[in-house]
Amino acid sequence: MSRRPIRVLIAKPGLDGHDRGAKIIARGLRDAGMEVIYTGLRQTPEMIASAALQEDVDFIGLSILSGAHNAIVPRLMSLLKENGIEDVQVLLGGIIPDADIAGLKAQGVSAIFQPGTPLAEIVRFLREHVPERHAV
Amino acid sequence: MPGREFLTLSGTPVKRLYTPADLEGFDPAVELGEPGEFPYTRGIHPTMYRGRLWTMRQFSGFATPEETNRRYRYLLEQGQTGLSVAFDLPTLMGYDADQEMSEGEVGKCGVSISSLADMETLFEGIPLEGISTSMTISSPAAMLWAMYLVVAEKQGARWERLSGTIQNDILKEYIAQKEYIYPPRPSMRIVVDTFEFGARHTPRFNPISISGYHIREAGSTALQELAFTLRDGVEYVEWGIERGLKVDEFAPRLSFFFDAHNDFFEEIAKFRAARKIWARLMRDRFQARDERSWKLRFHSQTAGCSLTAQQPRVNLVRTTIQALAAVLGGTQSLHTNALDEAWALPTAEAALMALRTQQVLAHETGVVDTPDPFGGSYFLERLTLDLEKGCADYFQRIDAMGGMVPAIERGYPMREIAEASYRYQQAVEKKEKIIVGVNAFIAEEEPIETLYIDQGVAEKQVARLKKLRRERDSGRAEKSLRELARAAEGSRNLMPPILEAVRAYATLGEMCETLKGIFGVYQEVSAA
Repeated sequence: MSRRPIRVLIAKPGLDGHDRGAKIIARGLRDAGMEVIYTGLRQTPEMIASAALQEDVDFIGLSILSGAHNAIVPRLMSLLKENGIEDVQVLLGGIIPDADIAGLKAQGVSAIFQPGTPLAEIVRFLREHVPERHAV
Repeated sequence: MPGREFLTLSGTPVKRLYTPADLEGFDPAVELGEPGEFPYTRGIHPTMYRGRLWTMRQFSGFATPEETNRRYRYLLEQGQTGLSVAFDLPTLMGYDADQEMSEGEVGKCGVSISSLADMETLFEGIPLEGISTSMTISSPAAMLWAMYLVVAEKQGARWERLSGTIQNDILKEYIAQKEYIYPPRPSMRIVVDTFEFGARHTPRFNPISISGYHIREAGSTALQELAFTLRDGVEYVEWGIERGLKVDEFAPRLSFFFDAHNDFFEEIAKFRAARKIWARLMRDRFQARDERSWKLRFHSQTAGCSLTAQQPRVNLVRTTIQALAAVLGGTQSLHTNALDEAWALPTAEAALMALRTQQVLAHETGVVDTPDPFGGSYFLERLTLDLEKGCADYFQRIDAMGGMVPAIERGYPMREIAEASYRYQQAVEKKEKIIVGVNAFIAEEEPIETLYIDQGVAEKQVARLKKLRRERDSGRAEKSLRELARAAEGSRNLMPPILEAVRAYATLGEMCETLKGIFGVYQEVSAA
């Protein structure tokens, strides 16, 4: 039996405009057969949580290169919890120092992809971790 | 390897061998000229670096103005010859440190500047008449420049003796870096206001640095970087002329900024082609008569996007080769990236190594002894000619759309860059392009020490703003903002009311919010 394609929200929170990575990921996941919604720039955690709910996605992929992850991620995680969006996995890509990884994972981030991660590895991760609810 | 295709980094095929047949009909007097002569293919000065070395200008800024001021003094003591200010994201977007959108971003990617008070601290003890300063800021460039001018004024420096550059390149913000605030047309008006003001009051200051760097970093090819940047230059000249300025009044102070990437010969060719194309455009398309208008002067920075997080020390090697290409390409000033910048802003030690790289090139290698030493190479001249031809094709397409502003409004350059960036990524995934340490020659390694900016910086900056708002003459500040709004509604030059607002300690955020109320905010046309 087939199931619906994996749905991913790629979001670019914060003030940073460096969207090369986010756009490549969005396109790469689409080429791998997934349905991707790209939010565009300067999304607040509120906007991201609400888009995730409306679009009924399996994953939220955040692209953060500016060092603002320690401010943005906790706000998003608590918003997701408040809105009962607990079956959506949050992934983080961009420039995330090793020192911050444990803390971010403790808050519920499923995976962190640092610079140089091959697209194929991200695609594989998503396929292996897509929530059960969509398997038929 | 039989059957393997040889391509430049930008995907241009490279032949096995280049011979005189590749330059048939090539007239060196027309295509090259002497160094210092039209069309300046070989450089803008007759003796190039014999007369004066390039300016070693390391881009730097982080955390509070105090901390960055200390870094500047350190770099100057170490022999750096110009300053280059990196602002944090809230500053680049015209937000004060205490606005909601600034949360988590204050002082992270550069120094936090919300008012004249911060700017006074940033340059404390640095006499501005004696140094040239570059400020990497575009959307709120007029405000930051006004702050700089007022700091100079307070030091007793004369504006006509100040030298430096504001980036102020709004077109590349829409195209690549995406730090825009207002829509393109009112933004262009502010840029032309700075040209006009600069032509009258700051004859040694470049009111713009027309930038290919960010276009390239966003994933463009070398050709797209060249073509979009020069076409942006044409757009600025046209808008200046439209305002009623004479081309020779402002064109000599237009400056450029390019990326120095990995593909050694393609990069040298790009710099040479840029000078040649610009000289012809200025002389023939715009009838500039002042030779200074013909000369394309540029800053270059080694390619940040080429730095790898893996095995970061290898980045020193990449940066050295890129810097060499910039020097052989005849750059006027140079920033070399630090080896740790794929992870964070550089530590003092990494920043020093980056500066030392330039000093080695300048003083130990002999490459400064004669201008354009590769000039006449069959391969290099062919590459230069091909880039020129490719650039003309892009110009035709953009001219047909009605210019760069309409091209941006329909998302054209952004789509071209996104395509190129995706093609490159696919080549990396398939290992058609090898990146040492990333998709080949992978090794386990110990993490390096990096600079960490904590949340304390934001708290300090917010407290400082609170104090400023309490202590300033609030009547004067409010009046200056009302005056700025009135000027924006009309058509007079915005620099004088901005200068008054700065003197009244109105904050950057207050000034930008005022203008947003009149000009509106820009929304990107095409996402992904």
